[in-house]
Amino acid sequence: MQKKQRSVRELKIGEKGTICCLQDQEMSLKLLEMGCIPGTEVKMNSRAPLGDPVTIIVNDYTLSLRLDEAATIMLK
Amino acid sequence: MTEVIGSVAATAVKTPVKNAISKIALIGNPNSGKSSLFNQLTGLNQKVGNFPGVTVDKKTGISQLTPQHKVQIIDLPGTYSLYPKSLDEKVIIDLLYNKKSALYPDVLIITVDASNLKRNLLLYTQLADLGIPAVLGLNMTDVAETHGIKINVEQLQQDLGVPVVPMNARNGVGITALKILVSQQLEKPAKTFYQIPEELMVLVRQIRYYFELKNDYLALHYAHQYKKLSFLSESDKSYIEELREQYAFNSNTLQAAETIERYTIINELLLDSVKVTRAESNEKFSNKLDQVLTHKVWGYLIFFGVLFMMFQAIFAWATYPMDLIDLGVASLNQFIQSKFDGPLVNLLTEGIIAGLGGVLIFIPQIAILFAFIAILEETGYMARVTFMMDKIMRKFGLNGKSIVPLISGVACAVPAVMAARNIDNWKDRMITIFVTPLMSCSARIPVYTVLIALVVPERYYLGFLNLQGIVLMGLYLLGFLAAIFSALVMKLILKAKERSYFIMEFPVYKMPRWKNVGLTIIEKVKAFVFEAGKVIVAISVILWVMASYGPGNAIETAEQQVRQTAVTRNLTEAETNNLISSHKLEASYAGLFGRAIEPAIRPLGFDWKIGIALLTSFAAREVFVGTISTIYSVGSDENISTIKEKLLAEKDATGQPFFTPARSFSLLIFYVFAMQCMSTLAVVYRETRSWKWPMMQLIYMSGLAYVCSYVVYQLFK
Repeated sequence: MQKKQRSVRELKIGEKGTICCLQDQEMSLKLLEMGCIPGTEVKMNSRAPLGDPVTIIVNDYTLSLRLDEAATIMLK
Repeated sequence: MTEVIGSVAATAVKTPVKNAISKIALIGNPNSGKSSLFNQLTGLNQKVGNFPGVTVDKKTGISQLTPQHKVQIIDLPGTYSLYPKSLDEKVIIDLLYNKKSALYPDVLIITVDASNLKRNLLLYTQLADLGIPAVLGLNMTDVAETHGIKINVEQLQQDLGVPVVPMNARNGVGITALKILVSQQLEKPAKTFYQIPEELMVLVRQIRYYFELKNDYLALHYAHQYKKLSFLSESDKSYIEELREQYAFNSNTLQAAETIERYTIINELLLDSVKVTRAESNEKFSNKLDQVLTHKVWGYLIFFGVLFMMFQAIFAWATYPMDLIDLGVASLNQFIQSKFDGPLVNLLTEGIIAGLGGVLIFIPQIAILFAFIAILEETGYMARVTFMMDKIMRKFGLNGKSIVPLISGVACAVPAVMAARNIDNWKDRMITIFVTPLMSCSARIPVYTVLIALVVPERYYLGFLNLQGIVLMGLYLLGFLAAIFSALVMKLILKAKERSYFIMEFPVYKMPRWKNVGLTIIEKVKAFVFEAGKVIVAISVILWVMASYGPGNAIETAEQQVRQTAVTRNLTEAETNNLISSHKLEASYAGLFGRAIEPAIRPLGFDWKIGIALLTSFAAREVFVGTISTIYSVGSDENISTIKEKLLAEKDATGQPFFTPARSFSLLIFYVFAMQCMSTLAVVYRETRSWKWPMMQLIYMSGLAYVCSYVVYQLFK
């Protein structure tokens, strides 16, 4: 039984994960440029007061993105 | 550091100055200190223009590299890679991929944030593969050090194959070294990074020879981005398109693969030159601050506190310089009028100088608003505001960044529209610019006050709720609702030119650089005065002509008639003069205009006199009060209670009071919605570079005003 694959969206604050792949092809180009490369570690850093957008830490810097954007970053 | 420069000189400098460098382009990631470096290099020798065909600011400046050597510096928009995602970034490839472009640089200065090397080097490796001579400005080494990142500059220089100058764009350390280095003839970077896959080489070479390019990687970019390159002809584009089809060129997959490959190369390359001792330690301060500043309750409270201060500043502080400007223009006019006489003098004073005054009067508000915005941007707080507001604003087709323009619109739409520049996404920005003038600005206040005083009784509820105040608030609310619902409608109509992303770097908190703040203020004020100002003065002159001249000798006849009645009715000198100006206005082209549009505005309950006021309000809404005073011969001291009495005494054809509640509310609603501000139209033209947007605003807002006023008048009549 394989567990359902998780995305960055589902990380709890402070939780870490490793990027496995990016789903949305067009958006993936932007995310790759920003350093969200498969194999890189990401950490959920904070959420906006209304829950969306969120900030994550990748490659030692903080990146903010919307939840539906975070949902395209799949974790290992 | 002297050693570093020495070794660079040995590796990268050709035989001394043959054909001297004349154009240098600055390029780098957003937040890599590029604008600070630009300010350091050029100081006040800056010019803001536009790249042809787009609304992107083109900042150029002159820099004295050495006492004998002056160069032109071009500040390119910040970008993360050479595959542009926004319209702003497109400018870069248009310039760098076309050797014939007027601004094609001899040398690139690439700014790199040392605390974030991996991501910053992605752009560098792409530029290196293009083979343009370059220098790397290694910025923010101090920040990197506090992050525990140690960079061996000499090793990095060797691995990258390019001169690296450590510097601090904030305080100017390393700038001189950088200047000396670029003043010498530099070679293209010694290393290339990305190996174009074998199977693409046939296509790449065909493009390369067809366009006579010097470089394979450039040819590959032609294949990727031919649609975005404005200098290619249609036949060039279809040539590339055919090749792409022939070789089944999949741009997205290839780009993704290239980026991943580059990151792999960079990761390996940095193993030697960068040592990280302790990571994630410095973010703590920013994180702690964020726990308060983006807190569910405190975050919003603090934000509203900041806004409150901003308003106080724009409303209260700005009044002093604004009054001074007003007084200055008025006394200048009086002085000229007391010394000279004639129609030309009137044109100069009441047309041109009054129009100039109308431009200058906005400077204090623009300066203060942009001082605030620049400080909020510089400190990194703006990113937090955007972050907190994005979810709400997105529901209405706006963007977290729309909040500042919308709120500034309550003070004045002119600086507010200019503030929309911060929104990268084209569609979000257009919607924001489009709806901002619906927010009730301070120029509507005099109109609201007069009309509310006229029809709303001064009554108190619960001892402190003033009915007039409630109505005033209702008008503001109405404007706000109109703005966000119009945004919602536009969200559905407008087609996006690009996808809306929120993926952005979340900067750490920093002290503002006051030099940058000051230069931002100067730049915004200059842009307004010189570009929007031209249109404002022109329209002001046209309005003056319309209000002072009539067909044939209509004006003179009107004056003579009044003098006769004055004699028979035994009027005082002042009363006669008031009556003369009122009848003169009636006989002028503006009066004719009022009469001409009367049939159109009668369903709203307005007559030709209000028609004149609507026309002159176009110069600025507050002119309404002045015009009404002239038409109803109130006299020049515009006292609200006298105006109120005069208006109350005005009778319609049947002898009933003319200003009924229905009429007054209809007029109020009209002023809430109508686009009656040439300054706003002019600034929207400047910001969008086309008359399409201001014209659409004029039609939409005035149409909305007409329909709503009609409904109000017909309901309450």
